[in-house]
Amino acid sequence: MWVYEKKLQYPVKVTSCNPTLAKYLIEQYGGSDGELAAALRYLNQRYTIPDKVIGLLTDIGTEEFAHLEMIATMIYKLTKDATPEQLKEAGIADHYVNHDSALFYHNAAGVPFTASYIAAKGDPIADLYEDIAAEEKARATYQWIINMSDDPDLNDSLRFLREREIIHSQRFREAVEILKEERDRKIFF
Amino acid sequence: MQQTLPEEFYQWMEELQAVDFVLVELTLYLDTHPQDQTAIQQFNQFAQQRKHIKKAIESKYGPLQQYGNSYSGMPWNWSDGPWPWQL
Repeated sequence: MWVYEKKLQYPVKVTSCNPTLAKYLIEQYGGSDGELAAALRYLNQRYTIPDKVIGLLTDIGTEEFAHLEMIATMIYKLTKDATPEQLKEAGIADHYVNHDSALFYHNAAGVPFTASYIAAKGDPIADLYEDIAAEEKARATYQWIINMSDDPDLNDSLRFLREREIIHSQRFREAVEILKEERDRKIFF
Repeated sequence: MQQTLPEEFYQWMEELQAVDFVLVELTLYLDTHPQDQTAIQQFNQFAQQRKHIKKAIESKYGPLQQYGNSYSGMPWNWSDGPWPWQL
């Protein structure tokens, strides 16, 4: 089971109400390379991956939920004081008319989250390469959002998340090596 | 709803976040380097430190976890804010 802790993984501060930034950030909430997709992708792959890497998929998958909560906190804080007029100016009137200020799992262009963002091939190497690619795409997305953002407090938290993608990618690369070693050992058995 | 707690709370929280960062990093590292004895020693040392910080925060500001991972006050204080996004 999972145990919730009343604590963000890293502090989230925003300088001012800024629904335009929230519009970009939602890409990492309900987008193809976002935190929800990451968490669901890794936790789902655990059941059929070799035992040696189940722990890693469990722990990274769990950390992704902590990142999802940070992104949600950013979006919430950036929009909570916005008027409908401000949301309209930010280009998220279409979100507002459906959801008011509620968060929803869709990407920056408003496309709802879909399970087709997640691959599960059942082949351990294919799945881990998918995971490495996902981390690199998420890292790049964080960089593009940082480039768009002029909020120094928010950028500090975004940089933390960007660095986590690098670590995850690194650990997944090590997992690939562990599985290759196992495979080669079997050939010379 | 937005709430503000005493400055001391934010300092404690940051200390917990810092220690937990070490623990998350070591957890992922040990998942792929299970034989690293020094890292395991460091992990256990920080795990103990986290227990102390958790206890200190909870004694003043209520439970951080539930399902029995933290004690409850009277009345039940788990559902009391602020939640992390309300700070």
